Amino acid sequence: MSTHVTNESGHSWTAATRRQLERRLPWENLLPDRQPFWVGSWVYVFGVVTIAALVWVILSGTILALFGPQWWHLSSAGRFFNSLHFWSVQVFFVFMVLHLWGQYFMASWREGRAPTWMVGAVTFGVSIVAAFTGYLSQQNFDAQWIAVNAKDAVNSIGVGGFFNVLNFGQMYGLHVMLLPIGITVLVALHIVQVRMKGVVPPIADSNAVTIKGR
Amino acid sequence: MDQPAGYLHWGFILISYPNLILIGIMVVLFVAALLLPFPGHASGDKGRKS
Repeated sequence: MSTHVTNESGHSWTAATRRQLERRLPWENLLPDRQPFWVGSWVYVFGVVTIAALVWVILSGTILALFGPQWWHLSSAGRFFNSLHFWSVQVFFVFMVLHLWGQYFMASWREGRAPTWMVGAVTFGVSIVAAFTGYLSQQNFDAQWIAVNAKDAVNSIGVGGFFNVLNFGQMYGLHVMLLPIGITVLVALHIVQVRMKGVVPPIADSNAVTIKGR
Repeated sequence: MDQPAGYLHWGFILISYPNLILIGIMVVLFVAALLLPFPGHASGDKGRKS
């Protein structure tokens, strides 16, 4: 019979991490069943639609990666999934920008939410790089045209030694592996941050709370 | 479809019509989201977290 040693004093890093998570992210915050009354607005739907579009982007992209360029160019099913991937990316970007507008005009970095804002901004930047490598991965004349023009821009900002946009293998690898993982992790972190701090109150309501607190 | 898009060239502004239309749709969607009532949502504090 083995003995099970427990560290009740909680000096281990796992116990410290557990306590920190329990304190900062209780289950009722992580999976809330009620929201403040101001969340009842279509503006808050933009972020959800962005996430839904991202799910479609990943699903359609996974199918494209499974079957390859010849399939997505030459078969009807392949062209359908190619279009599904393209249009879900359009929806993803349109609603991400609408979400950005909404959060900008309600100054959603208020009251300790600056890290949430910053992770959202970084996600936007990484998504642009992912879309760019996607255009380079099409395996058609459009992709070649974009790559030939983009090489000068990439060289001009001093990263041409690391990113050869004319190298299909490198761009495709970035597009189907590293960048999707990066976006997924950032979006998951962004959602957890929103859950931790709650949805930002309206500016007038926030002022009222501050005045009451004085 | 398989030809270059038309462009609006107005002073220093140069933008393709598809992009211009898309931005217009986004502005309309944004304004509509602000003005349209959210279904099943009555005004007041009913849903506020305690």
